[in-house]
Amino acid sequence: MISFGMSEEQELIRDTLREFAADALRPIGRECDETSSIPEDVLQAAWELGLTSTQIPAEYGGGGEARALVTNSIVLEELGYGDAAVALALAAPSQFANAILDHGTDEQKKQYLPLFCGEKFHMASLGLLEPGPVAEPMRPRTLAEPKGDGWVLSGQKSFVVLGDQASHFLIFARNQDRVDAFIVARDAEGLTISEPELNMGLRGLTTVGLELERIEVSAADRLGGEGGCDIAELVNNSRVALCSVLLGLSRAVLDYCVPYTKDRVAFDEPISKKQSIAFRLAEMHIECEAMRNLIWQAASYLEQGQNADAQARYARTYVNEKSLWIADNGIQVLGGHGFIREHPVEMWFRHARTLSVLEGTAGL
Amino acid sequence: MIDFTLTETDQAIVDYHRAEALICRKYARYYDENEHEMAPEVLPEAEAFYAETPVPPRGGAEDTSPPVMMALYSMISHWGDYTIRLKRTGGGLGNAALSAAGTPEQQKKWSGLVLSMAITEPGCGSDPSRVSTSAVLDEATDEWVINGEKIFVTTGIRADAAVIWATLDKSAGRAGIKSFLVEKGTPGFDVPHKEKKLGIRADDTAAYVFTDCRIPRANLLGGDESISKKTSGGFRGVMKTFNMTRPMTAAMGLGLAEAALDFTREQLAEAGVEIDYMAGLSSQTAAAEKFIRLEAIFDASKLTTLHACWLAGEGKPNNMESSVCKAHAGSSVRTITQGCIEILGSMGISREHLLEKWTRDCRITDIYEGTGEIQRLIIARGLLDYTRADLK
Repeated sequence: MISFGMSEEQELIRDTLREFAADALRPIGRECDETSSIPEDVLQAAWELGLTSTQIPAEYGGGGEARALVTNSIVLEELGYGDAAVALALAAPSQFANAILDHGTDEQKKQYLPLFCGEKFHMASLGLLEPGPVAEPMRPRTLAEPKGDGWVLSGQKSFVVLGDQASHFLIFARNQDRVDAFIVARDAEGLTISEPELNMGLRGLTTVGLELERIEVSAADRLGGEGGCDIAELVNNSRVALCSVLLGLSRAVLDYCVPYTKDRVAFDEPISKKQSIAFRLAEMHIECEAMRNLIWQAASYLEQGQNADAQARYARTYVNEKSLWIADNGIQVLGGHGFIREHPVEMWFRHARTLSVLEGTAGL
Repeated sequence: MIDFTLTETDQAIVDYHRAEALICRKYARYYDENEHEMAPEVLPEAEAFYAETPVPPRGGAEDTSPPVMMALYSMISHWGDYTIRLKRTGGGLGNAALSAAGTPEQQKKWSGLVLSMAITEPGCGSDPSRVSTSAVLDEATDEWVINGEKIFVTTGIRADAAVIWATLDKSAGRAGIKSFLVEKGTPGFDVPHKEKKLGIRADDTAAYVFTDCRIPRANLLGGDESISKKTSGGFRGVMKTFNMTRPMTAAMGLGLAEAALDFTREQLAEAGVEIDYMAGLSSQTAAAEKFIRLEAIFDASKLTTLHACWLAGEGKPNNMESSVCKAHAGSSVRTITQGCIEILGSMGISREHLLEKWTRDCRITDIYEGTGEIQRLIIARGLLDYTRADLK
């Protein structure tokens, strides 16, 4: 039944996260960006909200709630509204935990899920993106060569979120035409973790590169065990999550522009009374609505276990284009003030530009 | 619960209307090329179709709500053809105005008629408060005397009667505007011609002229003759109908855009162009990439339209959303159909295929029922908390 109705629980979660984003995230966004760091107490505060553990089954120490991808998308929109870099950091442990939860064997679940149900923030990260031009999530250059019962992994990964503090990595690698994800411990022989990368946006979010030199992994380290798992679904989940953050960011831009244009006077009246500005704000609102509907559609397909390759791709294609347009026009609406670092719109533009090239970096 | 799947019953209804629409498509080219012939009210295939095809079940509380299904029906029927119907039923825009603004007696009296809606005049389009068609009460006979000219009247020829906007007092602006029902055949009500258009050529679009046209006093829709600056009830009553007609207009254009996408997808498949939703930029053709983008725009528009309808079904306000979906669909159907032409090249502009026709047909989506600019004006006022006087 086609319905756009949030449940009462979803409304409650949205309101809670909206408040959290306003109180805890928005005020620190600029500082995180300037200092290339996120205060530990913020990560810990979010951890205590149960973002990662809520949907882990009780037998592994989690909250035992059903996987609810539409709800998660609502959560990420609100976090992204607060600050996109912090939103990604907060979602980061979930990407690993949920990959195990959705696709892991019983053994893998038993071994890894309890890590995310403790009192302290715990990090493990995905290695999906690679350095070099053109992202092809289903055709990684990192190789998994069969050896005995296991594999040997060689290659490079980039933009590994909070990789500096991750206990494990989920490495996407290719064996001929097949792509699999392998669990690699931080201290695995042959793994080198780089210094933090220097990026255009999301500067608060520490990301690292990984160098994999003939790392030996066993059959039990392949996500999903013998049969492997549906890598496309992991990518689709990540796409929906990233889109949700971009939507939140887009709304932040619009909400910043509205009062600014009502205050800013040119030629004897607020610039908001000029159609060239007012129509641009209308366009931002139209696209925020459109983006949310595409995101919810993809999230709902994934939640219901339907193939969402097309729907997630629609969201990704559309949200990339429109959120960038909004962030770019946020600068234009503010004019010179949009260019200086006193206002957040230049930062949001860099965030949007950076988010729009990522995959596998947000996983609620 | 947020959900985007059709129930079995929904799907049966969709399939039924698709089968109807496919038959209509066979007549699409003929009535486009022969603009001034009226398509039949009932197609020759209708009898056999309705005899052989079981009527789908009606949706219940567990199925998609009626306004959303209405939008889907609107999309599907226009996917077949903008104008041609296997069996024409229902009314025009005037019927929506009657349900929104008519008194119970008026609704009862006229519900069986097909009603057109005549607002636009040669000198007034997007700003209906400039309506200059006048209605003067003749107290001696208890009649309204109507004078003026209306253009672009949809269903104008086929309609049994017209709901027209006329002003009681031009100096009162919007407050003076009331809607009246004028039956065909009333002396002084002339229908001089059918308009010549870029697209939707088969569609019945007429001009009306009223010369000392006398109608009963009781034909004022809603019955309120007062001119009050504060309420301007008649105006608002009719503006309210746009909250449902705008999403329907969006859906109509989207049906044409979907037809264009389906045709393009088939042609790409035939040409061996594979569409891979998981592929990156280095492993896919530009045609496939472009096509995926058009599909994404389509889904965005469609969902935004269904959202506005869903709100209506829930009894929630949808003023902003109906403008959002209309603005979105207005521009997206232009991008989609013109994008399909670009992908298919000369095949796209050939009159051997329907793509060029769908492109012409859907161009009206961004114009009627409030242009894209008018929708943006409404949305911007909402965002900025501005009145009509604050933002023009």
